[in-house]
Amino acid sequence: MTTQLGHLRRTPPVSSGTETASAGTTACAAATQPRRHSGAITTRRHGVRYWGVMALLGGLSVFFTAGILGYDNPMPFGSDGYWLIARMRVETVLVIGVVVFCQAMATVSFQTATNNRIITPSIMGFESLYVAIQTGAVFFFGIAGITLVTGLPQFLMQAGAMVLFATILYTWLLSGKFSNIHIMLLVGVVIGGGLGSLSTFMQRVLTPSEFDVLTARLFGNIGNARGEYLPYAIPIALAAAGVLWLRARRLNVVALGRNTADNLGVDHRREVMIILALVSVLMAMSTSLVGPMTFLGFLVATLAYQFADTYSHRMLFPMAMLIGYTVLAGAYFIMRNIFYAQGAVTLIIELIGGIVFLIVLMRKGRL
Amino acid sequence: MISLTEVAKNYGSAGASDAVAIGPVSVDIAAGGITALVGPNGAGKSTILTMIGRLLDVDAGRIEVAGHDVVKSPSKTIAKILSILRQENHFVTRLTVRQLVGFGRFPHSQGRLTHEDERHISEAIDFLDLTALEGRYLDQLSGGQRQRAYVAMVLAQGTDYVLLDEPLNNLDMQHAVQMMQQLRRAADELGRTVVIVLHDINFAARYSDRILAMKDGVVVEHGTPAEIMQDAVLTRVFDTEVTVIEGPGGPLAVYY
Repeated sequence: MTTQLGHLRRTPPVSSGTETASAGTTACAAATQPRRHSGAITTRRHGVRYWGVMALLGGLSVFFTAGILGYDNPMPFGSDGYWLIARMRVETVLVIGVVVFCQAMATVSFQTATNNRIITPSIMGFESLYVAIQTGAVFFFGIAGITLVTGLPQFLMQAGAMVLFATILYTWLLSGKFSNIHIMLLVGVVIGGGLGSLSTFMQRVLTPSEFDVLTARLFGNIGNARGEYLPYAIPIALAAAGVLWLRARRLNVVALGRNTADNLGVDHRREVMIILALVSVLMAMSTSLVGPMTFLGFLVATLAYQFADTYSHRMLFPMAMLIGYTVLAGAYFIMRNIFYAQGAVTLIIELIGGIVFLIVLMRKGRL
Repeated sequence: MISLTEVAKNYGSAGASDAVAIGPVSVDIAAGGITALVGPNGAGKSTILTMIGRLLDVDAGRIEVAGHDVVKSPSKTIAKILSILRQENHFVTRLTVRQLVGFGRFPHSQGRLTHEDERHISEAIDFLDLTALEGRYLDQLSGGQRQRAYVAMVLAQGTDYVLLDEPLNNLDMQHAVQMMQQLRRAADELGRTVVIVLHDINFAARYSDRILAMKDGVVVEHGTPAEIMQDAVLTRVFDTEVTVIEGPGGPLAVYY
């Protein structure tokens, strides 16, 4: 008995390997069975399915990228003009990539930190703040106001304001006597709702033309994204995501909840604050670039959990990104080339994405 | 040894009429064997256990486990000395039994499981008779099996001290007895010090080496089951008329 249990013992084992057949416990099976392993991939089938889905999504991503770059190009293939037009469209692909990258990383990390798979960063008042800033500019300065919130310093200031807002909210609510994630979420939802109502009120008193200009800004809009922000948004997003990637193993533990994480020696409160600060950076990048994308993050994260079926964030993140890219690039391609309405990609994401989401959820019956 | 010095916890604002205080508690829990924390609802058993496991902040006093101050020492260090399992365990992540138990090795490997870790995991799983179930997902298990998987996780953590908050909750007769027998083996064969909050005084009497009785936030009795299993002592602790009779496996408290 002592022999097989030797490794679990805190004191050194008495002997080793001399009386292996004793007691007939299951412990000795460990030596004879094929190697038992833990790891994020449970069975061969799981691994095949994961990489199969990844390959399929990769293929679709390449297909839609090629479609966006090359489809409906009026110049003959191979001519200088053809490549000129294709190069101009690269910016769109980059915007889609950055937005999806930010939304996927942010939503998965946020849901891990909050131990909840229903709420998303959008609910926490991020996008309401963006809408309030934009609406406020038009409300106070008229149509000219929209130019006041457009430009590189404004981009950085707006992103900074959003990060500041989120970080203050999180640190205030997570340290001190509340230290309760549910209260934080409730306050976030209330602030988000309040800002939303304020924006709605201001929109009511705008002139129709001002309202029209504003609506164009507030719709999640890939085609109208500000490309000049990209050189700043990309490195910032990469840096924030890089930190999350490096902490992925801790994220796996944080996902088990406060008690388990603390038991395993991971300072849950500190980790959650770090994660939420990084999430706010990513969300600020995405929102400043294209405006609110309320449903995208939720859809992408939920589908990633379903298809990846693992606790490992290093498997979830790439899956979520590829799903997001396929969905957003696909929606953009379809809206642009079939409905000639590239402005309204969020419509198709919410329609198609919502249906796919419901189907997957109904079939599996769990989040 | 687990050593508590003037440990206190205040619920509600100090001085308010509804303020509830746990403590001050000063007690030494010896290393080795099973120590059961018993007492009526609201006596502070879980609070004390959770504070020892540093999941709850201590308002006053000092808690040392094997010479380490649990508040001041790095959480990482403590995670190799003691493990704690609370009552409510619900994970949003979908995990297999083996993956869950594997997380118990996090303090040692920081998530990069070595062969050594894998061996500990296998042994903890085998120890709790979960070998056949190790590939199953937690949501495919019964309550009793899931409870065993949680205990396997804290055993795989390989700590000298194992703290369990009412592990028999929601377990039927058979599973409760099995769980206590497995914990008994963990103490006897693996040399772990098990501190456990129990609701049923008879389970405590049958399986533990020491009983720590709490009432109104303070320790009122601390001794062997034979010392605690007395009519007068139990009646005082639980505020209920209790008669101790001699049962087939030791003294039994009758209070129905």
